[in-house]
Amino acid sequence: MSEGHDHNHLSDTELRVRSLESLLVDKGLVDPAALDALIQTYEEKVGPRNGARVVARAWAEADYKAWLLRDATAAIADMGYGGRQGEHMYVVENTPATHNLVVCTLCSCYPWPVLGLPPTWYKSAPYRSRAVIDPRGVLAEFGTEVGREVAIRVWDSTAELRYLVLPERPQGTEGMSQEDLAGLVTRNAMIGVEMVPSPKTRAAS
Amino acid sequence: MNGAHDLGGMHGLGAIDAEENEPVFHHEWQRRVMALSLASGAMGKWNIDMGRHARENQSPEQYLRNSYYQTWLLGLEKMLVRTGLVTAAELASGKSAAALPEDLAARVLRPEHVAPALRRGGQYTMDDDVEAKFKLGDAVRVMNNHPSGHTRAPRYARGKCGVVERDHGVFVFADENAKGPGHQVPQHIYNVNFPARELWGPDAAPNDCVLIDLWDGHLEAI
Repeated sequence: MSEGHDHNHLSDTELRVRSLESLLVDKGLVDPAALDALIQTYEEKVGPRNGARVVARAWAEADYKAWLLRDATAAIADMGYGGRQGEHMYVVENTPATHNLVVCTLCSCYPWPVLGLPPTWYKSAPYRSRAVIDPRGVLAEFGTEVGREVAIRVWDSTAELRYLVLPERPQGTEGMSQEDLAGLVTRNAMIGVEMVPSPKTRAAS
Repeated sequence: MNGAHDLGGMHGLGAIDAEENEPVFHHEWQRRVMALSLASGAMGKWNIDMGRHARENQSPEQYLRNSYYQTWLLGLEKMLVRTGLVTAAELASGKSAAALPEDLAARVLRPEHVAPALRRGGQYTMDDDVEAKFKLGDAVRVMNNHPSGHTRAPRYARGKCGVVERDHGVFVFADENAKGPGHQVPQHIYNVNFPARELWGPDAAPNDCVLIDLWDGHLEAI
């Protein structure tokens, strides 16, 4: 299942992909310029910076946060993001009493418009198998400690709803601009495997 | 199907290998598979659930051995042949035996269509006025069904009891939608809260829970 360390039949796979692409282009079924546009979209345009801007705005504007928690699809569309694999968004808020974690045990559902394509670990068998049965062990592997008194809510994305975690705003960020706040927000915090570190902790590490 | 894709709760699959500063793609062929899948899917010959079932429908051994985009490649090849967009002989040879018919050629994704098509996304809700079988706060049980086809009710939740937390509205029922045209059944999707101890027993943390989106067709009243 590992993508980054994949040496299984790699050359066979490469040949198969080349053969398929050449067939589909010859047949006129795919337009090579459209393939380039798709790749460019997900490599350069759509990624977790989008989600970070949504989170930063929710931290800075109470009205926006209320809207985001009530109707995430509309509130996210207001930032200019939406569409494929984010048609029906739902934002879940971390609080001192509740920690949220998102997984797709059956495949790899993930909110593309706000986070881009999922990282390899999110799609991997270890994460998909363990997030539901051992969320605290999974969090510990990411260096995230959650106390027994905190309720963990694991969201298994089994339908066409896509989940984004609204992390807790770290201390020491009062008065920061939305742009600077967005710079603190990580992809992993929006999946729920990490917290957003305070600027002080970040500087120290 | 009770396949290897239905991973929730399995043991023995090892530690999570999270790569720092991971690139979006590691290899050129992965870029091509992603783009070929989206461009071919844009022809509208199959829906998302047919595509998912084509990917998951492998022997467990093969599913676990394949990397993510190898599974996408296999799913794409299957759907292209099954829907007649290419023939098995064309797939095997890599050579086109006939050009695309005109009606299909008009549907080919062009570069100027990419941004609007992604922006539009998929259509999964249905306008049908279907009565909800359950309301918020209802106690429900996931039916103990084991269909050999596609289902979005994970095995670890079957026979387990939870409480309806949210009614998401009326969507196409994925388990039927995977069978193709003529199988679009409108049903409510609910977000159901399962206490971790209901799913995993007394060793689970008392306040933890798993929330699963399930359709009317997966649930029964208690």
